[in-house]
Amino acid sequence: MKPGWEMVVGLEVHCELKTDTKLFCGCPNMFGDEPNTNVCPVCLGLPGSLPVLNQKAVEMAMAIGTALNCEIRPSTFHRKNYFYPDQAKDYQISQYDEPINANGHLDLPDGSRVGIERAHMEEDTGKTTHAGTSGRIHGADYSLVDYNRSGVPLVEIVSAPDMRSSAQARAYATELRAVLVASGASDGKMEEGSMRVDANVSVRRSAGDPFGTRCEIKNLNSVRSLGRSIDYEADRQIALLESGEAVVQQTRHWDEDAGRTVALRSKEEAYDYRYFLEPDLVPLVPDAEWVEAVAATLGMMPATRRARLIDLLIDGGGASEAQVDQVATVVDLGLDDLVVAAVAAGVGSGLALARTANEAATDADAARRLDSGSYVALLTMEGAGTLTATQAKALLVDLLADGGGDPVAMAKARGFEAMSEDSLASTVAEVVVTHPDEWERYCEGGEKGDKLAGFFTGLVMKATRGRANGKAVAVELERLRGS
Amino acid sequence: MTEPGRLTRDDVAHVASLARLHLSDEELDLFTGQLAEVLDHASDVASLDLAGVAPTAHAMAVVNVLRPDEVRPGMDREEVLAQAPSVEDHRFRVPRILGEAP
Ligand SMILES: [Zn+2]
Repeated sequence: MKPGWEMVVGLEVHCELKTDTKLFCGCPNMFGDEPNTNVCPVCLGLPGSLPVLNQKAVEMAMAIGTALNCEIRPSTFHRKNYFYPDQAKDYQISQYDEPINANGHLDLPDGSRVGIERAHMEEDTGKTTHAGTSGRIHGADYSLVDYNRSGVPLVEIVSAPDMRSSAQARAYATELRAVLVASGASDGKMEEGSMRVDANVSVRRSAGDPFGTRCEIKNLNSVRSLGRSIDYEADRQIALLESGEAVVQQTRHWDEDAGRTVALRSKEEAYDYRYFLEPDLVPLVPDAEWVEAVAATLGMMPATRRARLIDLLIDGGGASEAQVDQVATVVDLGLDDLVVAAVAAGVGSGLALARTANEAATDADAARRLDSGSYVALLTMEGAGTLTATQAKALLVDLLADGGGDPVAMAKARGFEAMSEDSLASTVAEVVVTHPDEWERYCEGGEKGDKLAGFFTGLVMKATRGRANGKAVAVELERLRGS
Repeated sequence: MTEPGRLTRDDVAHVASLARLHLSDEELDLFTGQLAEVLDHASDVASLDLAGVAPTAHAMAVVNVLRPDEVRPGMDREEVLAQAPSVEDHRFRVPRILGEAP
């Protein structure tokens, strides 16, 4: 970002709800099925068909609203009319001036707060493929349409223009995704299109100035693309303004390969959607009891779950910056219950977090299925020194592959028995004797000398094929040096 | 057509183009007159004093009409595609589209 300028970013996120059926008909809501196999008169817009609202979709929308601290309000549905074959009806049913959720906010891990203007329900469109010589829409001879996605329930979450950097926009998208998953409404898969992000970007000279003319960026398929496209777009607008030109309000397409945004259409050609109230749907008026019942089903939100782990670390003596990152990883992967269970059983919070963030996280799917009792038992053994770190990591690989097991029996089967103090002491003595020069320098101490502790520990580990306890080796080395 | 707020011929041409309707000059004149009469009727209602009357979304005093999230059989694909003028790859084949989706 060029000095002397500030960017202003707002995001619109479309989230597909993971209901069993579509928003207004009983067709399956399935990604990846054979084209036009999940269709009926309603989602094909055949004359005489009537939409009936899916209760589960409404409850998921309310769950999202609750998770985003919104007011949940009486709402209505409108027809948004436009001429494009991705909706067979030639209109999309959406919420317009009375959305179900409004005036919320999302707090980001860095402590900043982003306003949520609204989170409304609407139906998804069918999928069009442009066929012909170029493969791109402008050269297409004709288009092919699959209506399986037509009518799939969506919630569109519109943020306030509260973000001031691409990093903050990325943090918002990441946190929002985690909240959507935690609310049970979405699988948050950007690559499958179940979460789609559009960015509104403008620039201004200083924070007190009115907002500049904005452009909307579409086709953002990852959080990384989101960040790159916002930076590109802000720079493009600044260059225009500095050369005395004006920013034209328009929709722009992000070209991931070229790393730039390209104009799609400007405001003059923008659609006039001729919204009017959908006559086939009655208002939705959730009462307090219903809102509370939905709120009661909500799981713990990511921010609360991160705070829960940080508290455990603080109880154990404090949280380093690296540990704060580990906490974010563990919560993002949904593995925080493993850490909580281990600490509750007496395992040190640092060890429980490290094993979960570094080892269990390498196969998060298996770790989420893992029997937490066997995980806790394994970490208890490592914490007590019955297993070395190397041994514990090896057993964890087996536990993850098997979905659980008895770590005591597994350790025995592998011959992982902790070394006795005597045999450890004799191994340490042996490596010391065979490396007299290094030992002398170690005994001299100082920064250089102390570093050799790692050298000796490595030799002991090699000699014992990882069976020695690293801490016990350090203690023994220190004892020998002092004697 | 000079009265303030009254529907103009240009308004009708604009709405027709949004709906991709090609109207002749005679049709534009005809529909401008007809639609203006409909809107005049609506403006009669708008002239009533409705302060304190809550907006009505629907003629029926019914809210929260919902169905359970249960899959119901849809239509057979062959039957569906048999209704289409043109089909390719089990998809509806439609003419080249100008402009992008909203
Ligand atoms: Zn359907």
